[in-house]
Amino acid sequence: MADTVLDPSAWTCPAPLREQGVVVMGHGGGGALSAELMEHLFAPAYGNDVLADLADSAAVELGGTRLALSTDSYVVRPLFFPGGCIGDLAVNGTVNDLAMSGARAAFLSCAFILEEGTELEVVGRIAQAIGAAARAAGVTVVTGDTKVVDSGHGDGVYVTTSGIGLIPRGVDIRPQRAAPGDVVLVSGPVGMHGIAILSVRESLEFGADVTSDTAPLGGLVSSMLEVAGDLHALRDPTRGGLATTLNEIAAAAGCGIVIDEHRVPVPEPVANACGFLGLDPLYVANEGRLVACVPAADAEAVLAAMRAHPCGTAATAIGACVADHPGGVLARSRFGGTRVVDLPVGEQLPRIC
Amino acid sequence: MRYVEEFNDPALARRLLDDIRATATRPWALMEVCGGQTHSIIRHGIDQLLPDGLELIHGPGCPVCVTPLEMIDKALAIASRPEVVFCSFGDMLRVPGTDRDLFRVKSAGGDVRVVYSPLDAVRIARRTPDREVVFFGIGFETTAPANVMAVHQADRLGLRNFSMLVSHVRVPPAIEAIMRSPECRVQGFLAAGHVCSVMGLAEYPPLAERHRVPIVVTGFEPLDILEGIRRAVHQLERGTHRVENAYPRAVRDEGNPAALAMLAEVFVTTDRSWRGIGRIPDSGWSLAPAWRSFDAEHRFQVTGVTTEEPAVCRSGDVLQGLVKPHECEAFGTLCTPRTPLGATMVSSEGACAAYYHYRRLRPAAATARAPQDAGSTEEATPVG
Repeated sequence: MADTVLDPSAWTCPAPLREQGVVVMGHGGGGALSAELMEHLFAPAYGNDVLADLADSAAVELGGTRLALSTDSYVVRPLFFPGGCIGDLAVNGTVNDLAMSGARAAFLSCAFILEEGTELEVVGRIAQAIGAAARAAGVTVVTGDTKVVDSGHGDGVYVTTSGIGLIPRGVDIRPQRAAPGDVVLVSGPVGMHGIAILSVRESLEFGADVTSDTAPLGGLVSSMLEVAGDLHALRDPTRGGLATTLNEIAAAAGCGIVIDEHRVPVPEPVANACGFLGLDPLYVANEGRLVACVPAADAEAVLAAMRAHPCGTAATAIGACVADHPGGVLARSRFGGTRVVDLPVGEQLPRIC
Repeated sequence: MRYVEEFNDPALARRLLDDIRATATRPWALMEVCGGQTHSIIRHGIDQLLPDGLELIHGPGCPVCVTPLEMIDKALAIASRPEVVFCSFGDMLRVPGTDRDLFRVKSAGGDVRVVYSPLDAVRIARRTPDREVVFFGIGFETTAPANVMAVHQADRLGLRNFSMLVSHVRVPPAIEAIMRSPECRVQGFLAAGHVCSVMGLAEYPPLAERHRVPIVVTGFEPLDILEGIRRAVHQLERGTHRVENAYPRAVRDEGNPAALAMLAEVFVTTDRSWRGIGRIPDSGWSLAPAWRSFDAEHRFQVTGVTTEEPAVCRSGDVLQGLVKPHECEAFGTLCTPRTPLGATMVSSEGACAAYYHYRRLRPAAATARAPQDAGSTEEATPVG
């Protein structure tokens, strides 16, 4: 290489990638691509104010009653994983979406799309799990549907649940209501569900002592409502993890959020798995956690109520809403530096080294 | 896992920072070579904690970022073939080729799979003997041993349906090329610890001597990086230019002899184009002639694919430390992780993406204000 002299003026860089006009996995990842799909494709097509809120569940009025309504599809692989199965997720996910508007889920619908050839024993175990999870969450599955697709055209079992619940009088919990000065609380350790799933994925089995955190949060939210004068915002950090949820709240509320990264509870096995997989735990999915934005005056009481509930024993304050950098989320490292916690583009991709 | 928490201790970090501040009497520009180090520096805000005038230039050590457009196009061509299962590390999937990326190939029906190890690809090849399994073998010296091991295993197992698209790069020729550039500003290097754990230190003293630059082999946790910086600054202030090993828990002088032996058997050095930089002699590895049957470029006859890289963005300048990512006009507007103009915006290890993710919001206001916010948070929480 003796005679090499680089000419920086000749250093070049590739042209931008054009959108190809097809669905890519990132559209379902809960990040920026999902948000764009919702905002630019679905919302204009359906066109109404309720949908425009883009909340976890919709708050609607019917016959003088305020209802929360939500629906969610579940396509997890593998179907069974440490700490639960697709059935647990299908119940808890929808129950939690309702809980994020302060509603206690009352009724669920449950639709199956089954792939030809799937063992009935598998479907049976999932149905049993759905029944058990519904009982635990205090919700009743009152209607359902089953469709079968050709072998090779599905992933065994897909489940879609929809839920409905009453929003208590006087409760108005929306991401838009988060405000500067609010304390940001998280109900427990983050990243467990995503790592539990990854630890049993085919071709990636690794021995992580982590189970999914899947759990119904309606009871926890009720406990919080009992002591809080006014809960501003609740959100469950599922796909896209805590980082995505904080970004969604900041964007909806038009405020900034600053968190202290070392206050975010990350279990050691999750931190270790993220370390060697090249993932950031802030972006890893949870299925039994919530993020709350609470006026500072209420924060201590709410936190105490959370810790007294089985789903919130490790609840902690991780930061605050601020007036600066509206729509943006910053994390401070324990060394005093800061970084932007951005919305992920699509799926989080493992770094190479 | 040990050896992680210990290297994140804020009190020890403060002591190293105090030492650096007390030692540095004038401005210095250091380059951290590895993308993993860049990631850690930006993630923990280490660059914000250094004394004014001590500058970190983010080097070309992100293997995803420097993989040339031409090689991506070859990967896309191979992955699009119906008989192929194309296996890759995750963050290569989003790297744009001329007109699409591997995600798009997957959307269009290509069998593209993320694997964590080339040995997973070998396993897939064993299980699906009727499919052609191709692994995208990229990376620096760090990932090379696993890749040659995969080729070795495939050979031992007699697998005829496994091949590798090899685009390996080597650090020392890149350091040489950077130092030879007339506009080079780098005065010292934090060499990539993982690379040296494989290769050892032997390649570095001639570089340090020839260009009179200190080279400190550095790890990846915050304290590792601060210690690397501290040692480099001490050398610069003293006017020495030695190779030091600040990562002895992972790096031995002689490297990993077993890995080196296998590398020597399976790979040969070759000229390699670096995306955004250009061709650097001897800066890559390819499969040695005896192993050509495992070379995907030959098997799928994509050796003829050539791609010109259009001159649009300044990633080359960024990679050489001539501009900071946010000084590029396109940064954060035309060029984002969603619509990357340059490879350095693609991988989270790339300097531009790291800046975008972690530094886009000017944190001045936040840092001024945040302690107060944290105070109120603390008051509100009986237990942190």
